[in-house]
Amino acid sequence: MIPAAFDYKVAESAEHAVQLLGEYGDESKLLAGGHSLIPMMKFRLATPTVLIDVGRLSDMRYIRRDNGHISIGAMTRHEQLENSDVLAEACPMLKHVASLVGDPSVRHRGTLGGTMAHADAASDLPAAVLALGGTIVAAGPNGTREIAASDFFSGYFESVLAADEMITEIKVPADTGGWSYQKFNRRAQDWAIVGVAVADGGSGVSLVNMGSTPLRAEAVESALRGGASAADASLMAADGTSPPEDHNADAEYRTHLAKALTARALAEAGAS
Amino acid sequence: MNATTGGIGTAMLRKEDPKLLTGENKFVDDIHVNGELWMGMVRCTSAHAKIVSIDTSGAEAMPGVHSVYTGQQLADMELWAAPLPCAWPVTEDMLNPPHWPVAVDTARHVGEIVAVVLADSRYQAADAVEHVVVEYDYQPAVASIAAARDGDAKAHLELDTNKAYTWELVPDPDALAAAFENPAHHVSADFVQQRLIPAAMEPRGVLAVPSPMGGEITLYSATQVPHILKVMIAATTGLPEQKLRIIAPSVGGGFGAKLNVNPDELLAVTLANRLGRAVRWTETRSEAVGSTHQGRGQLQHIEIAADENGKIQGVRAHLDADMGAYMMLITPGVALLGSFLYTGVYDVPAFGFSCDGYFTNLTPTDAYRGAGRPEASYAIERAMDILAAKVGVGPDEIRRRNYINGGEFFEDHEAASTLIFDSGNYAPNLEKALELAKYEELKAEQARRREAGDGKQLGIGMCTYVEICGLAPSRALGGLNYGAGGWEHATVRMLPTGKVEVVSGSTPHGQGHETAWSQIIATKMGVSSDDVTVLHSDTALSPLGLDTYGSRSLAVGGVAISMAAEKLIEKAKLIAAHQFEASPDDLEFVDGSFSVKGTPAKSVHIQELGFAAFAAHDLPDGMEPNLQEQVSFDPPNFAFPFGTHVAVVEIDEVTGGVELVDYIAVDDCGTQVNPMIVEGQLHGGIVQGAAQALWEIAMYDDDGNPTNPSFMDYLVPSAAEVPYMKTDYTVTPSTSNPLGVKGAGEAGTIGSAAAVMNAVVDALSPYGVEDMDMPATPRRVWKAMQGGAS
Ligand SMILES: Cc1cc2nc3c(=O)[nH]c(=O)nc-3n(C[C@H](O)[C@H](O)[C@H](O)COP(=O)(O)OP(=O)(O)OC[C@H]3O[C@@H](n4cnc5c(N)ncnc54)[C@H](O)[C@@H]3O)c2cc1C
Repeated sequence: MIPAAFDYKVAESAEHAVQLLGEYGDESKLLAGGHSLIPMMKFRLATPTVLIDVGRLSDMRYIRRDNGHISIGAMTRHEQLENSDVLAEACPMLKHVASLVGDPSVRHRGTLGGTMAHADAASDLPAAVLALGGTIVAAGPNGTREIAASDFFSGYFESVLAADEMITEIKVPADTGGWSYQKFNRRAQDWAIVGVAVADGGSGVSLVNMGSTPLRAEAVESALRGGASAADASLMAADGTSPPEDHNADAEYRTHLAKALTARALAEAGAS
Repeated sequence: MNATTGGIGTAMLRKEDPKLLTGENKFVDDIHVNGELWMGMVRCTSAHAKIVSIDTSGAEAMPGVHSVYTGQQLADMELWAAPLPCAWPVTEDMLNPPHWPVAVDTARHVGEIVAVVLADSRYQAADAVEHVVVEYDYQPAVASIAAARDGDAKAHLELDTNKAYTWELVPDPDALAAAFENPAHHVSADFVQQRLIPAAMEPRGVLAVPSPMGGEITLYSATQVPHILKVMIAATTGLPEQKLRIIAPSVGGGFGAKLNVNPDELLAVTLANRLGRAVRWTETRSEAVGSTHQGRGQLQHIEIAADENGKIQGVRAHLDADMGAYMMLITPGVALLGSFLYTGVYDVPAFGFSCDGYFTNLTPTDAYRGAGRPEASYAIERAMDILAAKVGVGPDEIRRRNYINGGEFFEDHEAASTLIFDSGNYAPNLEKALELAKYEELKAEQARRREAGDGKQLGIGMCTYVEICGLAPSRALGGLNYGAGGWEHATVRMLPTGKVEVVSGSTPHGQGHETAWSQIIATKMGVSSDDVTVLHSDTALSPLGLDTYGSRSLAVGGVAISMAAEKLIEKAKLIAAHQFEASPDDLEFVDGSFSVKGTPAKSVHIQELGFAAFAAHDLPDGMEPNLQEQVSFDPPNFAFPFGTHVAVVEIDEVTGGVELVDYIAVDDCGTQVNPMIVEGQLHGGIVQGAAQALWEIAMYDDDGNPTNPSFMDYLVPSAAEVPYMKTDYTVTPSTSNPLGVKGAGEAGTIGSAAAVMNAVVDALSPYGVEDMDMPATPRRVWKAMQGGAS
């Protein structure tokens, strides 16, 4: 519970952060809300030698409506999502999902960019962004690029982000259809044992903690597109997944939960 | 001055809270002295291993590192006069292999210390720990009670058995055998008491400050037991007891886990003494799983023999109890503390109990909130529900049929276990709880949901517990082979300006002694509780005491305070009589004032006598100056709080998730000094018991490695997981002490695990489920509903 020694640099801007990443290489890590990185450092599961603090870039905390979508600065905290009037109107799903992350102190530190970059299969907001069909904007040494959320997650705690890239913004479509987020856990503050996000009346369905990354439930989505009933489609929720096994659940139970929660979510989202 | 305010029975906010809530209080980790060295513990990463070699050179070369010691080096330095103490050798022939603060040749559980690093900072110590290279020769580990009992591996290679002791309590073997000969109803049930991690809000920590010229050592420790620790440190280190001073600064909870004598405490004291520098350590949460004892860890077998109406004829219970790798201070005695309670609140004509204690290669167990009694109440209360089903009556009715004295008021009842229950009045307590719970409405709602095949079934569970607290009559403890007494000490002094200073032997770690003791003084002496200060938790201020555990503080320590106040009033009365030129027999003492009977106009308040006693210009002939009295109170009997808890759960058929939707508790802890403190103790206790039922379990793999050693996986519930509790009380004063008080610190925990699990099993009965191990996790519940193995 005592981290190894590290150096600490404060980034003045996203460009500066990218420059520092280039300078210190893969021994360095960006520090946003610190609520995933610091625990891993305390367990010495992560031992970066340089931390580049981007958490002070307050001009990267914003939520605004831009023709047809919502742009959210990467340093926006979960608590800001939870209490956003813009989201209440244009994307209530994201607001709701943010309110279910951890506990109030976690939500006052954790950032949307941080949780996307952390790419934890068990986290809530990445699955929501995935179901919504969102986009991640990343800055690198050669400028910025946009990555579709469905192309973003590449493995266990891994994304396609390069070591010298930084997420600057997340975009999600505004004013989409019926939605639901079903998070099943044992205590209010816990990660989901299994979670299911349904966006836009069922056109986007994603799964939490059913594999090594946040997943799209493609079998469910295509069954619905092909005219299957919500009940039938939900039976395919675990198709193609490889659910992890841990203290809370084995594969059989996770498979069951994925189907049952998908059925609940589709019903709540008004998918038929 | 004048007149009682804030006396016994006032539900007032605690005096302690403003300092605690604003961070003004100092915990061990907040206290620093110049030149202090941090200990970093090199802990065994295997459950059972011989130590082949330890290379400390890499660590010694690291920045800030002062020195590194292995167990062998410490032994060679002759730091230890004796191994870590076990104060409760429950039988003559109990096995108790030596337990050294640092393992010498073999380590026997994950987390046992094999070397200690001393460095200038905590971070340097942690870094250096990673550079101590230990070569192990791994041995087969005993990773469960069943493995200890049935397997070949031995937790201690030099022993030919894992069984440390067998303890029996069978007051009348013939009567017991007769009771179980062809009973109309025979309940036979097995339950598992999983291991629990105590998880106090403040982890443990120590700071030892030497005085190289004077030879004194002050140890600051996050402990519940500074007085016991002082004696034990002297005994295990050979340091002169009169040079030791133990201070328990603010202590953030303990639940029993801080009543031990721990390796870190002995290391800090001896190394500080040897090096002439302050030595400190603060436990990390991950470390705690191996560095602080755990609770529970029992396999229980219980049988009830009853007649056709469900009237109990006999109860017998057997435990296989997990000691862990070593006997800590009271490890072997925990099961005994529960042994007398396997008959519950019931009139049981014949009784038998036995316990086999086993060594395993796991973290040692010891007292944890309730210590033996939650286990006992769980077994009998779960078994009573099974009996009710066999007899075909409700859980309330089976209890009514079996209460001691038919459920009516009694005093001084001798139970089949040979204990004398001080007082009880069980049936009215049950009825009050059922009313508060709206039991009939709940049953109707349950029937409605069952009928409708509702996806959320309701479960209603009850527990009518009794517990033994107020530890304890010294003779009774002696009879159980416990190494110390159970008295408590108090001093009350009046200062020259009339304010009152109380010195408490019992040592708080969050309970609210300062407030409660002030209230007792207010009532006894007729003063404002604001005029009272309570000193405690420092053996220099409070040299005599036996500390806080076993819900003893009020029933023993609080009573001592009250008795010392009475003594002081007697002396003050002599001074008042002298001033009035009257006979003391003609004086009366009302609301703090002395007056001559019949002439109330002329009176003097006790606080006005403080200066007279101090100046001593005009005291009665031969009287010593000052108003100060002390008492060591040794209670004649234990106290037996009781109560009825009703838990209501909802189970989601789809997920298996269990939600605790309502909780009703009607408790009886005798006279209440501060009902608000009682309420707080019960809320916390109830959640801690519910936590065992629904969330908490310390898990180990087959090799004895802890598999959920962090709060990410060891699920301590928060306020969000529990309903708004409905609490009420009955008041049946104890006959064991003049205040009529019983304990309230553990009662909640003792009642709640059984109530919650009875509710879970009740909810699952439509699915054909008859039993469920704790914790009732969603996965277990879902699998049980599918008819699969849990
Ligand atoms: C007790 C607790 C409970 C929690 N419960 C939940 C829960 O229920 N659900 C849930 O989803 N999450 C939960 N979390 C995680 C929380 O949401 C984290 O805050 C979040 O996952 C990470 O965000 P952060 O800003 O704290 O990132 P940090 O911890 O600062 O960083 C995480 C990783 O992302 C990288 N990074 C950060 N920002 C960027 C960026 N802009 N560009 C590129 N890389 C970046 C860092 O270098 C690091 O590798 C919990 C955390 C805690 C401590």
